[in-house]
Amino acid sequence: MKPQILTANRLRDGIVVFFTRDGGWSERIDDSWVSDDEASRAELVAAGERAVAAGTVVGPYLIDAAVSGGHIRADRLRERIRAAGPTAGSEQTLKYV
Amino acid sequence: MYRYDEFDAAFVHQRVEQFRDQVARRLNGSLSEDEFRPLRLMNGLYLQLHAYMLRVAIPYGTLSSRQLRALAEIARRYDKGYGHFTTRQNIQFNWPALADIPDILLALANVEMHAIQTSGNCIRNVTADAFAGAAADEIEDPRVTCEIIRQWSTLHPEFSFLPRKFKIAVTGAPTDRAAVAVHDIGLKIVRNDAGEVGFEVAVGGGQGRTPMIAKVVRSFLPRRYLLSYLEAVLRVYNQLGRRDNLYKARIKILVHEVGTETLTQMIEDEWALIKDGPVELPAGEQERIGRYFAPPPFANLPAEAPGYEAERRRNEAFAAWTRTNVEAHWQQGYAIVTLSLKPAGGVPGDATAEQMDAIADLADRYSFSEIRVSHHQNLILAHVPRADLPDLWRALVALGLATANIGRVSDIIACPGLDFCSLANARSIPVAQRLSERFRDLDRAHDIGELRLNISGCINACGHHHVGHIGILGVDKKGEEFYQITLGGSSAEDAALGALVGPAFAADQVVDAVETIIETYRTHRRNGERFLDTYRRVGLAPFKESLYATA
Amino acid sequence: MPLLKSGSLVDDPWISLADGEPLPAQGAIIVSLKRWRDERADLIARTNGLGVCLAAADPAAAVAADLPLLALIALEFPTFRDGRAYSTARLLRERFGFKGELRAVGNVLRDQLLFMHRCGFDAFEVKDAAAVDEWKQAMSEISVFYQTAADSRATAIQLRQQRRSQS
Ligand code: SF4
Repeated sequence: MKPQILTANRLRDGIVVFFTRDGGWSERIDDSWVSDDEASRAELVAAGERAVAAGTVVGPYLIDAAVSGGHIRADRLRERIRAAGPTAGSEQTLKYV
Repeated sequence: MYRYDEFDAAFVHQRVEQFRDQVARRLNGSLSEDEFRPLRLMNGLYLQLHAYMLRVAIPYGTLSSRQLRALAEIARRYDKGYGHFTTRQNIQFNWPALADIPDILLALANVEMHAIQTSGNCIRNVTADAFAGAAADEIEDPRVTCEIIRQWSTLHPEFSFLPRKFKIAVTGAPTDRAAVAVHDIGLKIVRNDAGEVGFEVAVGGGQGRTPMIAKVVRSFLPRRYLLSYLEAVLRVYNQLGRRDNLYKARIKILVHEVGTETLTQMIEDEWALIKDGPVELPAGEQERIGRYFAPPPFANLPAEAPGYEAERRRNEAFAAWTRTNVEAHWQQGYAIVTLSLKPAGGVPGDATAEQMDAIADLADRYSFSEIRVSHHQNLILAHVPRADLPDLWRALVALGLATANIGRVSDIIACPGLDFCSLANARSIPVAQRLSERFRDLDRAHDIGELRLNISGCINACGHHHVGHIGILGVDKKGEEFYQITLGGSSAEDAALGALVGPAFAADQVVDAVETIIETYRTHRRNGERFLDTYRRVGLAPFKESLYATA
Repeated sequence: MPLLKSGSLVDDPWISLADGEPLPAQGAIIVSLKRWRDERADLIARTNGLGVCLAAADPAAAVAADLPLLALIALEFPTFRDGRAYSTARLLRERFGFKGELRAVGNVLRDQLLFMHRCGFDAFEVKDAAAVDEWKQAMSEISVFYQTAADSRATAIQLRQQRRSQS
């Protein structure tokens, strides 16, 4: 099964988060719990629903990802930008000033 | 400029407290996201790719220095130290926390600002010519009309759940700097044969998936009927606009489907029943609002400013800047100065908190404490004594705000695109950055002449690509970013929609493609012709040929 | 469905009849526009109250000539996003002078109550009893209004004018 991870935005500040192996949410995609079988997929979906009900996150969804060398890389560009932050813009400029 | 009276002030503060309660209900779980979404959208709050985004209205593009400092303070305190000026005279903050929004809105209310109706299917922030009250060719300051509309449309009980968003723009001058032809309603202030001032009303312009130029439904509307006529248009639209398909819900589709003549008749019939009714402004109110837009206390200045003239002769960089960034003012001795938010390699429309503070200081010193925001994503000091231009220019150079490129190839409009926007197909900002780097040589830019280059990251067209002389639209092809190019659009008084030049270009080809288009223009242009004029004369064929011939 | 009127939950004496459902011998009834058109004579012959429910797409003009016969008009909000009934309500009140009960039915939410009330609605089918508190809040949280509508609230423009004429 194609590996997938669960992502959402945190309710309080909207920041992008990923569901982790220890059942929490992290801002780092590399902390994600990678699911590659039906059972863990169902667990991820259920975890997302619980987090919505608890008011932790908004709009959780599964994304396709690949694991290599201990790093997790989302398949879609949109998700890679969500994970790493804007590729351009004042964020990038401000980082170096 | 307009100042809130006690009613306006009470209203925005009540709205802040209302939203504070709604945010609290969301955070404590009594509102679900589905229930909260429409409420936050009515207050300009989106959830974007990386975070919440707050869109603050800058009504008709006018800010006081005090307001600009408040925006700077919000950027510093609640965001990452900058703000993004949009194509609709709004500023967007990309990183506020939900829990902080009520305090941000309070900080705005304290300086007579708000984020009301910057989103949702309602009448949006009304926009105007950024040179309002200053342009040499102006008939009347459009901001009086805009403020009347702003108040009338605020939480309008009948028109807050329209089929789709509704945008109104007003120009008070024959030169259209407000893009009225691509708004749901475009109002042009005109004078009739009897010399009375009124409006030419056009309806059904818009961009997005089905771009259209607005159709004139009334060539002269006496000024006193402004609100009854608007109410008639909105009522017809609210009842008959399509609600079955998001992409067919704007009034432009209604105009298209029933025909301009029929729709005009419907509006006239409805209007006949409500004109001279309670919706019209009572005597005195128009004048009350108008007084706030009286010209500032201009000094009696000579037409010639010797220091300025001498500096122009002596300093070519300054002279170049005055040719592109300085425009004629109706008041003798004054000029309109555009501050470029488009430095080479920069992000179109972004300003840091430090820049905002510094601009506020410059506005205090040189321009009656007033700043304007243009739909081209630049800032403007509208009333600068010509004699002060050299000093102002030096200050702007130090701030990185004096790029002499207004109306030139690197004065690019770009939407946030896939770096920020959850609806995007492709990135806009990096393309704009690479293009402005490629054309950073100003001599070359001036040789190319007037050119409008507009970039959108998806078909929603927030980057106005349809009306760019060169328009770039980001599309997604099997997960890769591609860019379609259109030619020949215009948002000015000669409004037109661009035509697609051919198949889309990959991200690493698009800058070269634009350069090819510009070189093709340089080959074909005749004396003094703008890009747009050459395109209109020669059509797509030569551009197609140079772009695709070798492929 | 609980019914909210004048800020309280009240018993609803009206029965909403589906098309084809037999007419009850007694009691006030609400029927669809279609049924009103099809069975007009039978419905007028009944002496109990008569109301018509307009779908969002039905224009106010469809019942304008019949208003003396109707004690209630219900306007449907299929979703809160569909705002056609706001126009219908204003026209019924302001243009056609309807004085009976104007009832909001369908997706009627707390944060729309003020808009509805301003457009002339005076009865609301709501989700639950919490609506009473919500109503109070919705009616009190905003006190400044910028446009005339079907309600009697003074607008900021009128208040300014009063002040001007006093000074
Ligand atoms: S044009 Fe598309 S990508 Fe750009 S800001 Fe608008 S919705 Fe987002």
